[in-house]
Amino acid sequence: MTDPDDAVARRLDANAAAGPLAELFTVDLTVAMATCAGCGNTAPLAAHPLYAHAPALVIRCPKCAAVVLRYASGGGRLRLDLRGARLLTVTLDGAAAHGLSPVQ
Amino acid sequence: MSFVSRGFTGRRRAVPAGRLPPGQYDVGDGFPVLSAGPTPYTSLDRWDFRVRGQVDEERRWSWAEFQKLPRESVVVDVHCVTSWSKLDTRWEGVSVDTLLADVVTAAEFVVAFSDGGYTTNLPLADVTDGQAWVVDNYDGRPLAPEHGGPARLLVPHLYLWKSAKWVRGLELTVEDEPGFWESFGYHNYGDPWREQRYAGD
Repeated sequence: MTDPDDAVARRLDANAAAGPLAELFTVDLTVAMATCAGCGNTAPLAAHPLYAHAPALVIRCPKCAAVVLRYASGGGRLRLDLRGARLLTVTLDGAAAHGLSPVQ
Repeated sequence: MSFVSRGFTGRRRAVPAGRLPPGQYDVGDGFPVLSAGPTPYTSLDRWDFRVRGQVDEERRWSWAEFQKLPRESVVVDVHCVTSWSKLDTRWEGVSVDTLLADVVTAAEFVVAFSDGGYTTNLPLADVTDGQAWVVDNYDGRPLAPEHGGPARLLVPHLYLWKSAKWVRGLELTVEDEPGFWESFGYHNYGDPWREQRYAGD
C-alpha cells in the first residue's frame, strides 16, 4: 500500500534536479555515448554527423540518420531537444574515487 | 569586444525600399544552402506527390503525371529566418491550387512532408489562392538537389523553412501539428514582415 502523503513527499520540485544536471552540462557532451531513440544504435556523440548549416545544430544517428539532438541559441534563448536520444551516457573522471564504480 | 563583420558579400546592391523585411539583408547573387540533414537523391521513377490526410480521396501524381499538370512561372523574394533574403528569384512549377482542386476537406491546416523526414505546418489558407507552388525549376534549370530538387514547396510570403525542400506531399489536418522547426521553438506561422522567428515573437 502506498501512503498518499509519502507519495507527495517523494515527488520533488524539479529545482532539486539542478545540482545533478549541472554535473551533466559541465562535462564535454561530445564524449558522451548517445543511444538513438529510433534504432537503438549507440555511438560517441562526437562520431555523429552534425548538420551545422541550419537554423540549429542538428546531430543525426550515424546508422539510421534520425535526429538525435538539436541545439540552438537565438532570440536570447538556448534550446536543446533530446527527443531522439534514448540515453546519454557520460563516464565521469574519477568515478571510482566517488564510489560509483560497478561492484566487482 | 571586437567588431564582428557579417563577412564579405561582395558589392552590395541598392535594395529598393520596402523589399527587405525587418532584420534581413540582401544576399545578392549568392544562394546559401541550409540543410538539417543529408540531401536525399530520390530518383524520378520513384518520386511521387501525394495529397492525403483529411481528404475525400487520396491524390497521387507520378513524376510524369506531375509534369503534365498546368505550370506557372513566378518571380518572388524569399526570406530565410537566418536573416538573408534573396530578391527576384525565378521559379517554375505547379500551383498548390491545382493540386488541391476538387479536394473535399474539413481541414484547416496542412503538413508538408519531405524525403528525409522533414515536415512543416501551415494554415491551409496560406497555401491556396495563388500563394504557394510545388516548384521543380529554378532560374531556368531543373531544381538542384541542394536547393530541394527534384521539387520543393514554395511559400514566399513566409520564412523559407516553410518552403519544404524535397517535398513529397501535403497532409491535410484538422488540428495544427507543429513540424520540424516549429516543434523546436521556431514560430508556428513565420511571417518575415512581423519578424516571427521564434515562438512568442
